[in-house]
Amino acid sequence: MAADAPSPAPTGLLPAPDDDSRPFWEGCAAGELRVQRCAACGRRRMPPRPMCPHCRSLESVWEATSGRGRVWSFVIPHPPLLAAYAEVAPYNVIVVELDEEPAIRFTGNLVESPDGALNQLDPHTIEIGQAVEVCFAPEVDGIALPRWRRL
Amino acid sequence: MSDPAALWRDRSAIVGIGQTEFAKHLEPNEKVLALQAISAALDDAGIAPGEVDGLSSYTLETTEEIEIARNLGLGDITYFGQVGYGGGAGCGVAGQAAMAVATGQCRVAVAWRSRKRGSATSRPWAGVSSRVGGNNQWTRPFGLLRPVDEIAMLTRRYLHEWGATRDHLANVALAFRAHANRNPAAMMRDKPLTREQYLDARWVSEPLCLFDNCLESDGAAAVVITTAERARDLRQPPAHVHAWAQSIPRQHQTMTNFFCDDPLEGPAWACAAKLWSMAEIGPGQVDVAQLYDAFSPLILLSLEGYGFCARGEAGGFTDDGGLELGGRLPTNTSGGGMSEAYLHGFNLITEAVRQVRGTSTSQVPGANWSLVTSGEGVPTGALLLRGDA
Repeated sequence: MAADAPSPAPTGLLPAPDDDSRPFWEGCAAGELRVQRCAACGRRRMPPRPMCPHCRSLESVWEATSGRGRVWSFVIPHPPLLAAYAEVAPYNVIVVELDEEPAIRFTGNLVESPDGALNQLDPHTIEIGQAVEVCFAPEVDGIALPRWRRL
Repeated sequence: MSDPAALWRDRSAIVGIGQTEFAKHLEPNEKVLALQAISAALDDAGIAPGEVDGLSSYTLETTEEIEIARNLGLGDITYFGQVGYGGGAGCGVAGQAAMAVATGQCRVAVAWRSRKRGSATSRPWAGVSSRVGGNNQWTRPFGLLRPVDEIAMLTRRYLHEWGATRDHLANVALAFRAHANRNPAAMMRDKPLTREQYLDARWVSEPLCLFDNCLESDGAAAVVITTAERARDLRQPPAHVHAWAQSIPRQHQTMTNFFCDDPLEGPAWACAAKLWSMAEIGPGQVDVAQLYDAFSPLILLSLEGYGFCARGEAGGFTDDGGLELGGRLPTNTSGGGMSEAYLHGFNLITEAVRQVRGTSTSQVPGANWSLVTSGEGVPTGALLLRGDA
């Protein structure tokens, strides 16, 4: 790289899909928020893992969820942060509980549009209990991060 | 046997404590700091290095047991072990050493923690890589990056569910700072903290501000543990290991425990159930506590988890000087991780010993039952020390 070339913009972190999580991230790329469900006893589990903690079955299926939930909690990080995040701080991070099963929760960001920056909306307007619906950020390196919009 | 804990209850004691200076930056490396702290602890106990035959430490420790042993000139080591999960480890590190002594696996055990801020293992969360695997893949890509962000998530929910406020978190920070202001070894000895300063401080991760966080510290601390029988002949008043416990609660996920039925019922609950089932007393008899304080809200959770108050009542428990000397439960009397030094909780153990000895700079008069806890929000442990009264 030439000395006077602009340095690349810092990029955010992406997940490294593994044997357990790959179906989740494939679902996101297909525009679905999927959750693992035990094929034997039918209980959902999140984060995914090979064995059902209720019945020890190694068989599972992945199902699309409603993609709707409520804000369980949220934080507003301020620097010092990794460069890609410091640039947009303060921003919001939320934990969402799923409508059909509140103990199934997801971490994400509340945005106004799927491709919006993490600081797209005023984080101080967020309230616990607000209804939200999943959307997906544009794919980066094969990953479409789930994000959330107010209903 | 009806009471298996009787096998080891009060059968071992902490008989030596040692520490280095605590500061934002110390010149010696972690190995040298560890050696200095252990050396001081052995001198405090009046025990020769050649008598040490047990070693217990954190998995985060950068110095291997063999280095400790051949530098200090220790004897043949017949027990060694490590405990994981960072700030959750401390009481398990000391407790496992105590059990090894009580069961005869060794006669004199040393437990320690040496930490420098710049070390690769001191801040395991700080690695920079564009892809994150394991459990971090569920949180880091969204900008939930640091321990403070993870605990802030639980804190916001706690404040919402129970009506607690930042004033309660300030109670925690101010109490520990007041204790540190009386402790010459504390990094914050000369820095008083007012409620106004707390409320005006910069945010780190809302709802947590600068003063809700532990310090960034270099330093080391160590303890020497031997049998209760031997302890009677040593120079320091013994701090008997009355009971100790560890816990990984069911369905637990370290630091990002958002995925279970009740994320606000953390590891302290399971640890407390075990601890109090082993002990001859309950929380009501505890004279003084050193509760793990990487972040102020962990104190609220721990007060509830260890049974000092009912769920949702910890905020009120901190009111009216509840955590200060003379209050309901004098807590973190050296200043703790937030105002003395942050050594993944190990300096809480040395302070708990000082309380039993009667030598704390914020001494609880006649303290006999002295509780220490390790990290809430991670696999944890607790240690209940007892004096001779």
